[in-house]
Amino acid sequence: MLWRIETTVRPRVADAAGRRVAAKIKNELGLEVAGVRLIRVFTVAGLSRDEAQKVVEAAALHDPVLQTASLLPLGHDFDWAVEVGLRPGVTDNEGRTAKETISLVLGLSPERAAALAVFTAQQYLIDGALSEAQVERICRDLLANDLIQRHEFKSAAQWAAHHGFTPRSAQVAAEAVSDVAAVDLAAMDDAALAAFSRDNTLALSLSEMRVIRDHFLDERTAAARKAAGLPDTPTDAEIEVLAQTWSEHCKHKIFNAKITYTDKRTGEVRVIDSLYKTFIQGTTAAIRTGLGDRDYCLSVFTDNAGVIKFTDALSVCIKVETHNSPSALDPYGGALTGIVGVNRDPMGTGMGANLLCNTDVFCFASPFYDRELPPRLLHPRRVLEGVREGVEHGGNKSGIPTVNGSIVFDERYLGKPLVFCGTVGTMPATLHGKPSHMKKARPGDAIVMTGGRIGKDGIHGATFSSEELHEGSPATAVQIGDPITQRKMYDFLMRARDAGYYNAITDNGAGGLSSSVGEMARDTGGCELDLSRAPLKYPGLRPWEILLSEAQERMTLAVPQDRLPAFLALAREMDVEASVLGTFTESGYFRVTYGDKPVAGLSMDFLHDGAPQLLLEAVWEEPVREKIAPQTTDLDQAQLLARMLGRLNICSKQYVIRQYDHEVKGGSAVKPLVGVKRDGPADAGVLRPDLSRPEGLVVSHGICPKFSDIDTYHMMAAAIDEAVRNAVAVGADPATLAGVDNFCWCDPVASEKTPDGRYKLAQLVRANQALADVCLAYGAPCVSGKDSMKNDYTGGGVKISIPPTVLFSIIGKIDDVSKSVTSDFKRPGDLVYLLGATASELGGSELESELRAGGGNVPVVDAARFKARYHDLHRAMSARLVNACHDLSDGGLGVALAEMAIGGRLGATIDLARMPVLGGGLSTLELLYSESAGRLLATVAPENRAAFEAHFPAAELGLLGVVTHEPVLELRSGMAPVLREDVEKLAHAFKSTLDW
Amino acid sequence: MNPVKAVSITGHGSNCEAESAYAAKMAGADVSDIVYFFDLTAGRVRLADYNFLIFPGGFLDGDDLGAGQAAAVRWRYAKTASGDALLDQLTGFFHNGGLVLGICNGFQLLVKLGLLPALGGRYFERQVSLANNDSARFEDRWVTLAANPASPCVFTRGVGVIDLPVRHGEGKLVPGSEEILNEIVAGNLHALQYVDPDTKKPTQDYPANPNGSPLAIAGLTDPTGRILGLMPHPEAYNDKTNHPGWTRGEGTALGLTLLENGVRYLKQR
Repeated sequence: MLWRIETTVRPRVADAAGRRVAAKIKNELGLEVAGVRLIRVFTVAGLSRDEAQKVVEAAALHDPVLQTASLLPLGHDFDWAVEVGLRPGVTDNEGRTAKETISLVLGLSPERAAALAVFTAQQYLIDGALSEAQVERICRDLLANDLIQRHEFKSAAQWAAHHGFTPRSAQVAAEAVSDVAAVDLAAMDDAALAAFSRDNTLALSLSEMRVIRDHFLDERTAAARKAAGLPDTPTDAEIEVLAQTWSEHCKHKIFNAKITYTDKRTGEVRVIDSLYKTFIQGTTAAIRTGLGDRDYCLSVFTDNAGVIKFTDALSVCIKVETHNSPSALDPYGGALTGIVGVNRDPMGTGMGANLLCNTDVFCFASPFYDRELPPRLLHPRRVLEGVREGVEHGGNKSGIPTVNGSIVFDERYLGKPLVFCGTVGTMPATLHGKPSHMKKARPGDAIVMTGGRIGKDGIHGATFSSEELHEGSPATAVQIGDPITQRKMYDFLMRARDAGYYNAITDNGAGGLSSSVGEMARDTGGCELDLSRAPLKYPGLRPWEILLSEAQERMTLAVPQDRLPAFLALAREMDVEASVLGTFTESGYFRVTYGDKPVAGLSMDFLHDGAPQLLLEAVWEEPVREKIAPQTTDLDQAQLLARMLGRLNICSKQYVIRQYDHEVKGGSAVKPLVGVKRDGPADAGVLRPDLSRPEGLVVSHGICPKFSDIDTYHMMAAAIDEAVRNAVAVGADPATLAGVDNFCWCDPVASEKTPDGRYKLAQLVRANQALADVCLAYGAPCVSGKDSMKNDYTGGGVKISIPPTVLFSIIGKIDDVSKSVTSDFKRPGDLVYLLGATASELGGSELESELRAGGGNVPVVDAARFKARYHDLHRAMSARLVNACHDLSDGGLGVALAEMAIGGRLGATIDLARMPVLGGGLSTLELLYSESAGRLLATVAPENRAAFEAHFPAAELGLLGVVTHEPVLELRSGMAPVLREDVEKLAHAFKSTLDW
Repeated sequence: MNPVKAVSITGHGSNCEAESAYAAKMAGADVSDIVYFFDLTAGRVRLADYNFLIFPGGFLDGDDLGAGQAAAVRWRYAKTASGDALLDQLTGFFHNGGLVLGICNGFQLLVKLGLLPALGGRYFERQVSLANNDSARFEDRWVTLAANPASPCVFTRGVGVIDLPVRHGEGKLVPGSEEILNEIVAGNLHALQYVDPDTKKPTQDYPANPNGSPLAIAGLTDPTGRILGLMPHPEAYNDKTNHPGWTRGEGTALGLTLLENGVRYLKQR
């Protein structure tokens, strides 16, 4: 028997959440409604009527001061009632909490508590003259995502005829299965192999399918299989494990391919054996060699996150991931899973890190998109809202501050939004006398899985994200994260770590147990894994599904047998599920059983090194660009500056920032919003990892996809420069930086679907070349990175490819946070300096987009020169000579000046004729909006003028003017006035666009 | 002088325990431990070993069922390994003269447990609640607060005006009735109020009052003044560089002041 317990706020209490839904219906869908009231529904199975009544009377699920509760429908006086519930198998966090709470209140026995089930749903009572079609639209486009949720609605008349909604369970109804199927690859020809890969979302190429087929035909393989009781042909589990391990997502096949690169301009042909090894790993190795005994890298590219030395006592690690495809299908769940997922990377790095802060960068199409949407795509505003909320819940509920981020807009992200989530962790430099960044499973160690249970969620996540998004993309790829289950596991793991209860730890992300156990088994050379011992959310999973499920909130550990009892006892006490699934061995085989039944037996060598290297071709041809001069007649410079400030890529993101906790943990020193009214943009985040120490960690990033259409070399160079400059602007020591590269590309492999693959691959090669050149010049090693290579969409006869995008994140150090500098003007009379020369570089700029111009020069990074400038600036900052500092990026000098003025609510008089320039004859538009790299604005107290100037070569510096008390930004060029505008008006323009 | 032994209780989604424990230490506590709820139920730790109890901020149970609701039920029904009711430990702690500080989510828990405002000395009776902000949004921003000089609260003595961050989605005080609000005011149990940063007067204007709380109430005490619950985070202003305007020379007394008052009270008792 199912009982529906409904709760709603009392009439005397404002229904603020309902009001917000009503506002969304109006603002996002343009439908007028008079009001919305909310009813929370708990559908309970496993209680008698009296017990259900007791739940209501004891106020177990509601707050009697605020709410009423009832077993009868509470809805009344509405035009439409809508109810949205979760589909079976979708994670129901509040349902879990309700179940635990009811069990406690009723004092249920463990057996009865286990049998109790609670499913939550949300009811919306809408007042408004809406048609049925409009209500359906509200459900489809705002309240429910049919992929994970069910919805139903009733008009007032239907309700009058039959009160309430039928109670619905979201229980997964299934029988236990242990079937292991054999796949007869030997009987398949090429067409059949390709079809098999496609039909099962394996994302394996034909040549990979052939290699797998041939491996199983090999006599030695056959003999070993016979001995292990496995069929000659591969099992379904083995195919799935290979597909996951060899997926683009896990194996980075494109970055490891052998690429023949032809530059059509120069005729140069070059063979690159692995972009990753050549440009990324190789560059970091060279930088580390150059640093010698000052090398601060501790563990790079090998673990879940890169680790560097912060102080003698503390190490810091960082990882940034993307969660693009799931976020396209379910923005909330995708982004939530993205952030709690990347949290597990530091948690699974070395012996496990304490989580310190998050950084999040999103790429979307315009939220004001007003054309027809291709099939299966969600409206960009819905994507933005869902992702924003997913990261809000993932970050805030985990108690990890979001200290840095940005949002980039381009129409092509309609095809796939990009959701970059990064997490920084800290660990004591040593644990139990050993370096904490090292770990190793030992033969005989128990394989222990902790945290959440396994369901069908996220099956094929790794292979799915290695494909383009299409109309038939599988719904099981979507998961909902559970920050509280993860938090409890994290609390437990940190205690287990400090007690020395385990030898190694890693997270369960893409590929689930297959990946985590497969990777850890490399330490010992094999494993025995029994899937029948894995805890399931519900029956009905086949062994291969248990092995591949990407259900969240799980870590895998290697626990020495003598510590196992203590480990399991602590887990029990802290209410964390921990299951022993097998042992690590030296057998040379990845062996999996379900009870006694053999499921998989793959040689470790074939599993990890059997994938054939891709051979790819790249051809670089400079794109032909039309020169379109900006329309400048009747251009009012003050109006133009206001328009620029309101552009999506420039405008204030405070709507999003304020909803993220950016200072939990108590170490915040530079927050994302700065200035007298806390609405100026910060260049980077600064925080104290150790509250009792003055050292600060600086977190910044750069991202410049707007230059990709011109030349990805300069896109990459600009992104790194921007990240470095942002870090330096707040006070980071440029000699302490560590980078993380996250490549998001459109498919760069030439095929029927991708006829321009050779060009896209050449773009990738060029970006990598730039990464090597610029990182080397700056002495900033990459310590971690990730790539996501299939960010395309096809549907409804349309193909949308994202612009090649790289997020370059940086962490750095400032020896004393009290030396940090923010971007807001501080005091009238301060001198305004521009550091670095401006060139005619409007190519790809915000101004070109605003004025629909094109063909300008792309900004070029002169890394050696810039590096010297950043070190000079850092010395001046260390001497406390700089009162404010801001980098020049989107929107160039004009926007940077306005932002500094907004921050301080102070004005400035500026003479553009004093700007250092490269090449002559720059127009006013170029001076104001050129996006030349390497430039910063700094303000200096007049008494410090000589001391400040002494730090820089004269040609690098332009003393543009002075900060004024009157809040007016006044620009001229020599004697000619350029613009004069109230700072408050500029602030209004800056903040209006996304003022939701 | 009495030794001050502070304990910050965490687990189940609390997440400000480290900075809360640090703040207590900086405020002069002789001991400042972080203890999991599980340590209490396992019987490994007893509240009687402490005299300064901190319920830190966070997201107990993910705010499912409303902030603090599930945790209040857990405290009410939980038993230790030896079968004793945990609530008895809490009652005993308070009756022995201990101090209790609930910050943000900890304040929500105290309210839902009925430890605040405890009008008429009726502890464990839910008299008020904390509801969704008027904006229906979680927000992180700094606010200016004024302490009620007539309040019996030991934490806010001599505090005056202080800046602190708020970081919550459910911080609007809702009294069970108009009379309850009147009694709170009559007893000066409204220990802290959101004020306009310029006039220093209590305000209903957003965002100076970030959630629409009536009478701009940001924090409540009980009739003894030994319990304080507040939405803002004093532990997050533990250094001058925490203040959002510090690079402009802005700042007030640190949030640690509130904890220092508690420590001083215990030492002099």
